[in-house]
Amino acid sequence: MLDKNGIAKRIAKEIKDGYYVNLGIGIPTLCANYIPQGVNVVLQSENGILGMGPFPFEGDEDADLINAGKQTVTLLPGAAIFDSALSFGMIRAQKVNLTILGAMEVSENGDIANWKIPGKMVKGMGGAMDLVASAKNIIVAMQHVNKAGESKLLPSCTLPITGLRCVKKIVTELGVLDVLPEGGFKLLERAPGISVEHIQNATAGKLIVDGEIPEMILD
Amino acid sequence: MNKTVKNADEALAGLEDGMTLALGGFGLCGIPENSITALVKKGKKNLTCISNNAGVDDFGLGLLLQKKLIKKMISSYVGENAEFERQMLSGELEVDLIPQGTLATRLMAGGYGMPAIFTPAGVGTEVAEGKEVRRFKFNGEEKDYLMEYAFEPDFAIVKAWKGDTMGNLVFRMTARNFSPLVAMAGKITVAEVEELVQPGELNPQEIHLPGIYVTRIFQGEKYEKRIEQRTVRKGS
Repeated sequence: MLDKNGIAKRIAKEIKDGYYVNLGIGIPTLCANYIPQGVNVVLQSENGILGMGPFPFEGDEDADLINAGKQTVTLLPGAAIFDSALSFGMIRAQKVNLTILGAMEVSENGDIANWKIPGKMVKGMGGAMDLVASAKNIIVAMQHVNKAGESKLLPSCTLPITGLRCVKKIVTELGVLDVLPEGGFKLLERAPGISVEHIQNATAGKLIVDGEIPEMILD
Repeated sequence: MNKTVKNADEALAGLEDGMTLALGGFGLCGIPENSITALVKKGKKNLTCISNNAGVDDFGLGLLLQKKLIKKMISSYVGENAEFERQMLSGELEVDLIPQGTLATRLMAGGYGMPAIFTPAGVGTEVAEGKEVRRFKFNGEEKDYLMEYAFEPDFAIVKAWKGDTMGNLVFRMTARNFSPLVAMAGKITVAEVEELVQPGELNPQEIHLPGIYVTRIFQGEKYEKRIEQRTVRKGS
């Protein structure tokens, strides 16, 4: 079973040279730590950065330079700063190649719910609805089951929807799955030591297991 | 042409109960601190505030919430404010949560003289309830778009890094965020700046928002520039 860093490490293998990438808050942010050497990517932060760098060294924090998670960050050489309309303009125009974000639920037709638990958590969608409505390539990083042990990969979402039919790939602590255009979670890889049966039991939606499923290679 | 006023009080002249305000800033980054302090002092009530976030309990728009001056918030993310949550759950505060890109572009549309925009954000979600949906073939695919109206706030209030007396503004780093868009949408636009300079001192090629959108400008008395999430790495 993978920990959060393991999930991030596996997703980082999907990041290709030359990509512009938007990383959501949480596990997606960790992916930046595992981008393979020689793969040059530009990170977009929707509050108005292309070319976002790592956290600043202590003492170098700048209140005017934050990411979309409101954390202090730095800029890399070649970075650009812009306003929020332009930022979502480039997202809508599909100039950003890959979006990685977290989810509370994903349905077997690729619907995603990640912004609201009625009566409980009502913080808002931030940029998530814009991202999922426009991005061509969306990978979800999440736990396979919630804290109560219930599957988060469902026949259909029970929580308020963030976007319809938009998730292409999911990486969890148990494995890697594609969401097929015709519906269904196609199991591609198992996390080290995890059986297909384990994944089957943790998946409430339609799981497609086609032949031998390889164990993922992380390094 | 000189748009300079003495201070925030003078800049907010004409702001009345029940008006709609748009405010710049992302989290606490780039918020118009001095104008918010003046709004608290002024005490005008039943305000509708368009702002990406609602501040924290004791800073930013949280200060207006504490005084119960806000009737309605239009925001994309409000997760950092306990008093906000309390007022929302008790029904004292009306809240309209909208996608962040929609918020930015509705402000932009106001400043661009366009009554509405079409965006795919929110299609098929509760954000789409009651809204007109149009299907377009665009960018190689056919899909649904929501019609969203431009914002036309009575007052737009922003903070810039530098500005000249003609109202031309330059923002610093990600403190730019929503601020130029907010500024361009206002019927009356108030800009507070860290440094007020004379015409000619700013490079015309590096102005982020031309002064035509700004009604009143003043140099802020002081800036706390609070950091919401101080994150650092080890070493140097």
